[in-house]
Amino acid sequence: MSTDRRTFLGVAGLGALAIAGKASVDALASGAETGKPKAGTRWAMVIDPLKCLKEEGCKACTDACHKVHNVPLLANKKHEVKWIWKEPYERAFAAETEYTQEALKEKPVLVFCNHCDNPPCVRVCPTQATWKREDGVVMMDWHRCIGCRYCVAACPYGSRSFNWVDPRPSLAEVTPEYPTRTKGVVEKCTFCEERLAEGKLPACVEACEEKAILFGNLHDEASPVRARLKDSFTIRRKPELGTEPEIYYVVGGKPDVHV
Amino acid sequence: MFMFEKAVVGSRRYWAWVFALLAVIGAGFVSYLYQLNVGLGVTGLSRDITWGFYIAQFTFFVGVAASAVMVVLPYYLHDYKAFGKLTILGEFLAISAVTMCMLFIFVDMGQPTRVLNVLLHPTPNSMMFWDMVSLSGYLFLNALISLVALSAERKAVAPPKWIKPFILLSIPWAVSIHTVTAFLYNGLPGRSFWLTAILAPRFLASAFAAGPALLILLCMIVRKVSSFDPGDEAIRKLSVIVTYAMLVNVFFVLMEVFTVFYSGIPEHVHHFQFLFAGLHGEAYLVPWMWTSMALAAAAIVLLVVPKLRNNLRILPVTCVMVFVSLWIDKGLGLIIGGFTPTPLGEVTRYTPTLPELLIVAAIWAIGFLMITVFYKIALAIREGMGYEIAH
Repeated sequence: MSTDRRTFLGVAGLGALAIAGKASVDALASGAETGKPKAGTRWAMVIDPLKCLKEEGCKACTDACHKVHNVPLLANKKHEVKWIWKEPYERAFAAETEYTQEALKEKPVLVFCNHCDNPPCVRVCPTQATWKREDGVVMMDWHRCIGCRYCVAACPYGSRSFNWVDPRPSLAEVTPEYPTRTKGVVEKCTFCEERLAEGKLPACVEACEEKAILFGNLHDEASPVRARLKDSFTIRRKPELGTEPEIYYVVGGKPDVHV
Repeated sequence: MFMFEKAVVGSRRYWAWVFALLAVIGAGFVSYLYQLNVGLGVTGLSRDITWGFYIAQFTFFVGVAASAVMVVLPYYLHDYKAFGKLTILGEFLAISAVTMCMLFIFVDMGQPTRVLNVLLHPTPNSMMFWDMVSLSGYLFLNALISLVALSAERKAVAPPKWIKPFILLSIPWAVSIHTVTAFLYNGLPGRSFWLTAILAPRFLASAFAAGPALLILLCMIVRKVSSFDPGDEAIRKLSVIVTYAMLVNVFFVLMEVFTVFYSGIPEHVHHFQFLFAGLHGEAYLVPWMWTSMALAAAAIVLLVVPKLRNNLRILPVTCVMVFVSLWIDKGLGLIIGGFTPTPLGEVTRYTPTLPELLIVAAIWAIGFLMITVFYKIALAIREGMGYEIAH
């Protein structure tokens, strides 16, 4: 019977190797890439929470986004769909604030899809209904999504919403240029890819009077995001997870240098 | 269909049982139509707790399915003869459990009509793709093996030799289904409760306790309602397997508890706090989790002491305790505990709704119906070797 046992061990070992192998090859490959000069576009955002706080209770960005993207306003909080919204600072960053970071203690901070460089949601999707574009935008195909919600479980930022019920009756007004969704699919911020295609800025960036949201190409030294990143101290949400989020939050530096 | 004629002849009691199951299935089917029409909003799930009862039951029954290996392995690799009569029952249990798993996944889909997109756009980097591969492969293997074994038995000949490689393959395959199911959870960077390498070993250990415990109970029922007897020796040996697996499972859980609490990393600690003490004023799972712990502790005493384990009057009670304890742990704690608190630190209550519970009950009933029909066929063949000759 020893041959059988050997076969068994062999088969089990091979299976494990095949799965682990792919992941480690990917890890090595991405490590090798870091030395290359960066070309093309990599969209990113810089959020300035202190500027954002200037007008208390302002929801201009959320309203603009949810209107142009036909995001429903559902009465039941459990069924909520949201693309961009505010969370208390310590929730957004799992930060300790008893004596540190008092400026932002319990203050609302904008959160939305981080358009990660290494997005776990894309990794887990069984139908490639969510994928990362060359320019870094993490996209959604609402016609391919089977509604398994694996991406919702995988997102470490709680950025994805599922349509628990038909969203259409909950839309006060439909923006005809943008699709509405059906029940049973996942949705989230797409960096306004439809506006980027027309050379426009994302709706939230345009709507913010305080210019608390900057948008631009990370690979372009002259872009507003790079300029802001250069002279400010910024943090990202949960960088330790290796997802490489591309939304930066200004928490120090020279807040008024740029418009 | 093949050999199904055996399932349609039965006693009054048999038909009463079958119709009771069909009634439960009917109620669940109507509930599913309601869910299909309105959306998954009819369940207790929410933006914060996006997987619940369906996925938890799926996870638990993958374990039950995998546990068939606990009778197949000793019989085929170690030539343990006492399990000879049991293997077919184990394989039938596996077929029924895998079917339940597939149904649990299916009813959890937001867009069930698009479910074949998984085949249309195969995505090897998704663990869900591998879960589909491993579950359907396991279903195929067990269906093939039991069909071949049963038809050989009906003809009173030894099973053909070509089936042996399939049987051997089914052994690592059983391990793979539960490993891949653990990988669904423990590769997610933001879910600290699942982010532990011990998850797959823990899944296997709890499966190898809960599955054989269920099999012991099924054997005892079969013994009561038919002339077929798997034998005391086989049942006692299964109880030894349950004992070891249960001990290993508890050991693994304690490993996790040590790592989480000694390291003291808040994201890891919070989930355990929520489950065993309550978090942000929400403690609705606390009584369940402590019940699970108490049952596990009591079951271990009843299993470890040989006199108590070998007492076949106590053993069914012990098996129910093992099954319920592990069902709470995996069927409630694992999924809800993994989603609570959310990545944003929120605690949202999840309570399954009536339609959700009816759908779950219906899938259980489908599992029971399959087991009943399969066992009926197998027993009819065994009981009535004379039946074939007489006609």
